Amino acid sequence: MAAVTTTPEVAAPSTPQRENRLVSGLRVARELPVIPLLVLILLLAIPAIFANQLAPHSQRIGVLDDAKLPPFWISESFEERMVVQRADRNRLDVEIGLSNAQRKVERGEATILVGGEDGEVNPGDTLRFQARKGGSMEYPLGTDKQGRDILSRIMHGARISLMVSSLAILLGGGLGTLLGMLAAYRGGKTDSIIMRIVDIKLAFPSILLALVLVAAIGAGFTTVIVVIAVLLWARYARVVRGEALAIKQQDFIDRARVSGASNARIMMRHIFPNLVNTVVVLATLEVGHVIILESTLSFLGAGIPAPTPAWGVMVADGRDLITTAWWIFLFPCLAIVLTVLSMNLLGDWLRDKLDPKLRNI
Amino acid sequence: MTAVQTATDTILEVNDLKTYIFTRAATVKAVDGISFNLRKGETLGIVGESGCGKTMTALSLLRLVPKPAGRIVEGEIVLNGEDILQKSEDEMRDVRGRQISMILQDPQTSLNPVFTIGNQLREALGIAHRENKSSMLSRAVDALRKVNVAAPERRLDDYPHQMSGGMKQRVVGAIAMSCEPGVIIADEPTTALDVTIQLQYLRLLKEIQAETGLAIIFITHDFGVVARMCDRVAVMYAGRIIEQGDVRDIFSRPAHPYTQALINSVPKLEQSVDRLYSIDGQPPLLSNLPEGCRFAPRCPYVSDQCYEAYPQSYTLNEGHYADCWALDADWQGTPIEEFVPPTGTAG
Amino acid sequence: MQAYILRRVAQGILAIFVISTITFALARVSGDPLNVLLPEEASEEQIELIKAEWGLDKPLHMQYFQYLGKLFRGDLGEAMAWPNSTATELIIERLPNTIKLSALALVVSGVIAFPVGVLVAIKKDTPFDYGGKLFAILGQSAPTFAVGLILMWIFAVQLNFFPTSGSGGVEYMILPAVALGYYNVAALMRLTRSSMLEVLDTEYVKLARIKGVAEWKVIWKHCFRNALIVPLTYFGLIGAVLITGSVVIETVFAWPGLGALVIDAILFRDYVVVQAVVLLFAAAFVIINIMVDVLYAYIDPRIRYT
Repeated sequence: MAAVTTTPEVAAPSTPQRENRLVSGLRVARELPVIPLLVLILLLAIPAIFANQLAPHSQRIGVLDDAKLPPFWISESFEERMVVQRADRNRLDVEIGLSNAQRKVERGEATILVGGEDGEVNPGDTLRFQARKGGSMEYPLGTDKQGRDILSRIMHGARISLMVSSLAILLGGGLGTLLGMLAAYRGGKTDSIIMRIVDIKLAFPSILLALVLVAAIGAGFTTVIVVIAVLLWARYARVVRGEALAIKQQDFIDRARVSGASNARIMMRHIFPNLVNTVVVLATLEVGHVIILESTLSFLGAGIPAPTPAWGVMVADGRDLITTAWWIFLFPCLAIVLTVLSMNLLGDWLRDKLDPKLRNI
Repeated sequence: MTAVQTATDTILEVNDLKTYIFTRAATVKAVDGISFNLRKGETLGIVGESGCGKTMTALSLLRLVPKPAGRIVEGEIVLNGEDILQKSEDEMRDVRGRQISMILQDPQTSLNPVFTIGNQLREALGIAHRENKSSMLSRAVDALRKVNVAAPERRLDDYPHQMSGGMKQRVVGAIAMSCEPGVIIADEPTTALDVTIQLQYLRLLKEIQAETGLAIIFITHDFGVVARMCDRVAVMYAGRIIEQGDVRDIFSRPAHPYTQALINSVPKLEQSVDRLYSIDGQPPLLSNLPEGCRFAPRCPYVSDQCYEAYPQSYTLNEGHYADCWALDADWQGTPIEEFVPPTGTAG
Repeated sequence: MQAYILRRVAQGILAIFVISTITFALARVSGDPLNVLLPEEASEEQIELIKAEWGLDKPLHMQYFQYLGKLFRGDLGEAMAWPNSTATELIIERLPNTIKLSALALVVSGVIAFPVGVLVAIKKDTPFDYGGKLFAILGQSAPTFAVGLILMWIFAVQLNFFPTSGSGGVEYMILPAVALGYYNVAALMRLTRSSMLEVLDTEYVKLARIKGVAEWKVIWKHCFRNALIVPLTYFGLIGAVLITGSVVIETVFAWPGLGALVIDAILFRDYVVVQAVVLLFAAAFVIINIMVDVLYAYIDPRIRYT
């Protein structure tokens, strides 16, 4: 501590008033969360919009012969096993059953290394065969068990995630904003009824509510959007109500009322524009949440129905093959995590810029 | 105050202390080269407007400048003959509480809300004394009694929110004095209290000082309190001490225009509680200090010379110094008017 | 305080009542339960018989009152898709598994989140802090099923440390519990960090340092308890996260708990079991929230007297 530290004189900072618009614009640009934005554009926006043009393969129809191909960097591997009458389950790394071995030889998938002088496979022979096919740039991220290209399906999945989240937020956020504004503006009974419903909604674990709702309406694209909107509106209503109450206290609302503006006009023309920041920040913060909800529902079989390549559906497809073909579940998982992560970072940044008081919700 | 002071009487000596706060945008020179000393049993008032570096001075003396932004960049703090800036963080813990302690501004927030008074007091006592439970308890009761808390045995189990502000501040005082430090810094200890409670509290501090020979550094913006409490005064402005001296000298012959303005803004001692000063303009930002005298932009006697360099220190009387170019024999500008103390102000 | 608890309990009961009504209504909308109970080629007589047996011949509001009456007596009804068992029996069989898993997940999240949250607050703006931040943001960005599957792939498939799925000893519980706790760890850690930073900046912490208290004691005695207040209010939400998470994680790891049961019941359209489990989860959620409020009052004495 006692060590004398000399610090260069820092030039006096210019006051904000003196800063011109260009400089402040540049400052905002420099502070932009570049990596999250890039990830979102490359992983979500471009594939979602241009899925039909960019995807190298069909999202629905696979080539069965190309099923379970690994990603491009994994090369094919061979295995040598002893042929036995009946393979021991615990010794499958060194033994192969006779009938299985015969089938492989007939198809030309295996060669007999030791034995096989009579052209037949016999117990005691050693078989060499391809244990795993190699990956290629044809299917950069590999294929699933129906031979469908995982990359293409992830691209189409991005479109679904984007559509579900934007529609659900539009619907749920719109409803919540409207109800929150109504509660704040009307006050009294309207307020207490709306807020009681909000409390009860918030007391209900969301996935369960979603599952029960899906069970009631039946799974599907529209259902998912409606269900997620039902889960979302309450939070909007609560936050927007708080904000609107504060705005309602301000003089310009009284002035508008005195000058004879109708209630609807006051709400739309005077209160709503002051809520825009809050609503936008909430919406960005919710996108990640919605993508998680949608993929969870789809994963549980209660969301987007199976052949559609929603990310959650793809993960569910790959679940059973986790020991043999990890790429089927892992890549869609990573797509979800990266997208949500970037969206959250972007949302945090936007909140700090536009509406810092939302930090504690 | 005795007239003859020997060097051994000095308990604390501060030489050219500089504490800066480094933020991304600027360097805030909160304390920018101050020197003073403090003798046993003496009370030194540090006076100045808010934001002039008083509290940062106090925190520097305890080496508790907020980290990592704040740093003591230069100087010496010699406490009981040792420079505490050379000590390690571990050694500092023995210094804090036992050699130097502090009473904070706001009693409402300076006690931990989730522990009882007794718990917090015993913790402080336990730093100097390791004894069994019952003797610690009686020490805690004694400590509360010393600060005039009624029925101290019953108060020990109270939580801070169950006490009044004045009571809390006395408990804070008891905690600060629990290890019998030689120096106590009181950082505006009465601003958050009611007027009547303020006087009681100041009287209590004086009594304790008379009993124990404690040296007090009294930080305040209130000249009325200074007149009542202090033996000597240091007036701070924008991170520097611009004038210091015996309390009588300061009140009867303030040399610096800023000190004069401060004293003039206190109309009558008995009413002067928490009032605003009426000096034109604002003190400079500590992150953007002007060249030369820091008071120049607000000074009625200002001349060109004041903007060129920081003034020298001029000795006016024994132990009475002021930093002002107008005190120079070669001063070309308007001479400072003879100071007429407002009635009822002189201590 | 007591009046406050009573009011909270009353609110909770109301919420549970509303939820039971909603689930009842939704279950009836979800299609004719007869499809579950009967083979496709059932005769008219069989249909009538079954309808009478399950009380489905009565009008909907009568069915509702019947349901409420039974509920009041603690009777959750006969399971439709599980022959010869009542919903209560199914729940009693599965509940311990869910509790075990959730409790372990809760312990895992608490044991990791609080110390790490304090550590990153003390080490603010150091690599520790950034690492913690990344860990927390990742936790809030990964759906539970993805965390579960990725953990399973790394630690069970690749490294062979644990079995992939199923039930049995503790080794079967570790991966699901960590996956279930991860989200909470992230959230709790962030909250502990920010409230710790706030507390570190208070006057009473300054006073503790002034009186010469050792730094570790300043942190663990003076700061930690105050810093706990905010994260604790979050424990109610943690209950929700655990319940929600258990539905997903039990499915991923084939863990025979209530979460897996409710998914099966939804697939089989066994509305009796769905109603029962949902009601139980909602009740648990409400009770957790009330408990949190009481705990909160204990930690912060200022609340006790108001």
